[in-house]
Amino acid sequence: MRDFISERAQGLPPSGIRKFFDLALTMQDVISLGVGEPDFSTPWNICESSIYSIEQGKTSYTSNKGLQTLREAISRWLTRYYRLTYDSENEIIITSGVSEALDISIRAIVNPGDEILIAQPSYVSYAPCVTLAGGVPVPVECTEKDRFRLKPNALQEKITNKTKALMINFPNNPTGGVMRKEDLEAISDIVVDHDLLLISDEVYSELTYEGQHVAAATVGDLWERTITLNGFSKAYAMTGWRVGYVCAPRALCEAALKIHQYVMLCAPVMGQVAALEALRSAEEDKNNMVNEYRLRRNMFVAGLNRIGLPCHVPEGAFYGFPSVKETGLSDVDFAEQLLKEQRVAVVPGSVFGTGGADHLRCAYAVSRKQLTEALGRMEIFMSGL
Amino acid sequence: MDEKDLEILRILEENGRLSPEEIATMTTLSVQDVEGRILALEDARVIRKYTAVINWEKAGNGEVSALIELKVSPERDFGYDRIAERLSRFNQVKTVRLITGTYDLQLLVTGRNMQEVSRFVSEHVAPMDRIRETATHIIMKPYKENGNILFEQQETERLPYSF
Repeated sequence: MRDFISERAQGLPPSGIRKFFDLALTMQDVISLGVGEPDFSTPWNICESSIYSIEQGKTSYTSNKGLQTLREAISRWLTRYYRLTYDSENEIIITSGVSEALDISIRAIVNPGDEILIAQPSYVSYAPCVTLAGGVPVPVECTEKDRFRLKPNALQEKITNKTKALMINFPNNPTGGVMRKEDLEAISDIVVDHDLLLISDEVYSELTYEGQHVAAATVGDLWERTITLNGFSKAYAMTGWRVGYVCAPRALCEAALKIHQYVMLCAPVMGQVAALEALRSAEEDKNNMVNEYRLRRNMFVAGLNRIGLPCHVPEGAFYGFPSVKETGLSDVDFAEQLLKEQRVAVVPGSVFGTGGADHLRCAYAVSRKQLTEALGRMEIFMSGL
Repeated sequence: MDEKDLEILRILEENGRLSPEEIATMTTLSVQDVEGRILALEDARVIRKYTAVINWEKAGNGEVSALIELKVSPERDFGYDRIAERLSRFNQVKTVRLITGTYDLQLLVTGRNMQEVSRFVSEHVAPMDRIRETATHIIMKPYKENGNILFEQQETERLPYSF
């Protein structure tokens, strides 16, 4: 029999933490700081409205772009909170989570051999999505000394005549770094000067703890060359509903929509109904969750620094990203030993690409009680090194 | 009362046993500042007391509770205040509220058994001056008290890792 697996699929790197995953599943009493999702359940009013719509028989396809009411609500919401202007009819597509939004955006713009810059550390799917689309992912490192912001000189260095686009994700998974307005302004000139496209994944935008989130497309002349991605998973504790969206100028949106209609047709209607309700009535629930994350962050990051794992204060998302350099262990060894000896699961930073090594991603989206317990176990582990 | 005070109140309402040190780390205030603010909130009687939310049904002490609704004729100059305050003094009465609708006051009364509750209502509450009518509702099973869900919820299965 032939080997049926495509070269492209074969070429994809295996998940960096498969063995951790398997190990953790065999163990009892593991506290997992390894999960990139809220520990809250979706606010009940959101669930209830979706259940009601199912009872009403609303179980069919929606338009490819997504429910018009949802697109309109998103358009208004973006204007109100981020001063972003996208026309609900031609510039917004509802997708199955930001994962799909990312994939169709990349496929809409990449020609074979195009170089796509990725601000790293980054979410694990960025580079594989570029590769699958025939492009060449090129990491641009964001360093700890810059508090994991993307700096213009680092960006400038990686630009060649094949560079087509830059992908960023702020607030950042895994570092919790954010880009303030002046940081975005500093890179916007480079993006414009080199005629690049910007893909800005802002799924953690609502989880911004110091000041206001600044949407990349509102900075300088970036709007016309920016694809803004966002979704409901993180802010409204809706990971399982799979609802995200692409916002972009009409021509880009139309290209992405063609791909979306062939590969996804539409996002699940139950999720879209739930997302609409989230915008209508879950503002307070969201604020309460964000406030709770802020308290946990303060508590957790102070704890990490106290036990000898230096960690910058992340201004967004829900991850601590401490350095393990001073322990003499690699991030992978640290994470593995910590799991085996103290049953605390964290993700080694190196799986998030350039700049991630020697760090751990610890999600503080777990209860305060569990956080305290995890810190206690980590302290015991540290004292045994 | 500023935003930080409100934050401390929200934290304490959720868990009244946190130490000033823990609250200080969470709010990025100094321990001294947190202690000072809590004292001031206690002095101003904004914080009334620290207590526990108990599922008595589970504790199995056999106590019963009833909601008692009362129609009351208000008094000139005092409205409902004097009678509500008078009712509040009974130890058996855990909650007293002035409400809108068919009835005026709503009480939560507890006792060791049904007889005790009904005797209390018929002997002490119903005969009071100005109480025109009572309606007693026995609480059969509490599901949520003061924002706390009391029934067991299945823990949702979460992956040990996700990105």
